[in-house]
Amino acid sequence: MSMWGKKREEEAPPPVRQAAPPPPVFTELIKKEVTLVSSMPVRSIDSELPKNIATIGKSVAVKGQIYSREELLVDGEVDGTIELVEHRLTIGPNGKVHAGIKAREIVILGSVHGNIEVTDKIDIRKDAKLVGDIKTARIIIEDGAYFKGSIDIVKLGEVPKLSAPARPTVPTSAQSAGPVQAPAAASPLTPPAAAGTAAGMK
Amino acid sequence: MISERLRTILLRSSRDSAVPPSRPVYLGRGGGLLNEKEVVEARASRGLDQFFTYIKDDTGLAILDLSGLTQSNVDFITSLGHKLYTEDFLRSLYATFPEEADQANSGLIERFLNENLNYQDETFSGVLVWDVLEHMTPPLLAATIERLARIVKPKSYLLALFHAQERASSVPFYSFRIENSKSMIVNMRGSRTPTQILNNRTLEKVFHKFESLKFFLTRQQLREVIVKR
Repeated sequence: MSMWGKKREEEAPPPVRQAAPPPPVFTELIKKEVTLVSSMPVRSIDSELPKNIATIGKSVAVKGQIYSREELLVDGEVDGTIELVEHRLTIGPNGKVHAGIKAREIVILGSVHGNIEVTDKIDIRKDAKLVGDIKTARIIIEDGAYFKGSIDIVKLGEVPKLSAPARPTVPTSAQSAGPVQAPAAASPLTPPAAAGTAAGMK
Repeated sequence: MISERLRTILLRSSRDSAVPPSRPVYLGRGGGLLNEKEVVEARASRGLDQFFTYIKDDTGLAILDLSGLTQSNVDFITSLGHKLYTEDFLRSLYATFPEEADQANSGLIERFLNENLNYQDETFSGVLVWDVLEHMTPPLLAATIERLARIVKPKSYLLALFHAQERASSVPFYSFRIENSKSMIVNMRGSRTPTQILNNRTLEKVFHKFESLKFFLTRQQLREVIVKR
């Protein structure tokens, strides 16, 4: 009996284990459950940013117009307009921007709702979400980014050079490491304003 | 003998226990169910060739791509001097209609079309539809094609792809990346249960508001269809 049982065990093929299908949702929705592997090399935004960059921190909300004469990282919320003359704007992974944006270069890791005009390059990373129309000279897209809108590629000479704003509220000064906000921003989350970037209320 | 029978039973039971998905099963990038060689293929496309032949002499046209944002499609279409509009149609489709049954809900259909194909009449000179229409049940499909007919210019073209397998219980679906005007990279995204069989005759009925259809049977059991408004 035991031999018969043993023989049957030997003959039986290993049970077929079928992997459960991944949940039928898009990469954006399954990112908490499934580790997605991008075909592109992972780039850490921290390593790309200069130290002491002007920053709107993730607990900061700004309503109004932001002008900057230096590089800016937005990892909080902005509702209004953002203009960076000849500088790079980075929307961090926690950034939520409802704004028309003009800059020399933009890197998006977070969420942007608004039209974008860039004189040089826009870089849309894999978890970015962008709704709006883009006008740019160059565009770089990572797989997995969500975009709804139009893309208009204009040659470098054709992109209207962004002029400095006529009357920024506060002139941009030297480096600033801390969070930056509009002087009269109404959010209770916002810490005191720091120098470096001008943010004026509409 | 016993071993062979046992293997057959095990295989059959494992197949039977796998409930046919009512919604697509996505592999996910690097999901590991299939390797790169099996899911990615570059191939010639006569449909693509025809589509770009029709628009190659013009620049500044508005082209709509329903497959979402991909570097290769953006690069190729904008390099021709056209303005590209993109919609991640499938992602929105399954976000709006979690169950296939919902696709008959007229309120949801209206909302879906207003969120995803909300353009002025006769905006586009070409639409890359790819295989997204296959994911729709008849009411939603009819409404979507009605909307597409409105937003494209007369004499403009659509490129759509449909499966040629009529009796398959599960069919793969793909993402399409344009390599050049005559070839594309086909990347398998997952599999799904067909919502309806769209053979040539059905497609002619579905696109009855359009002027003409041209069919090309290609690899992967896909039919490429050029539809003229």
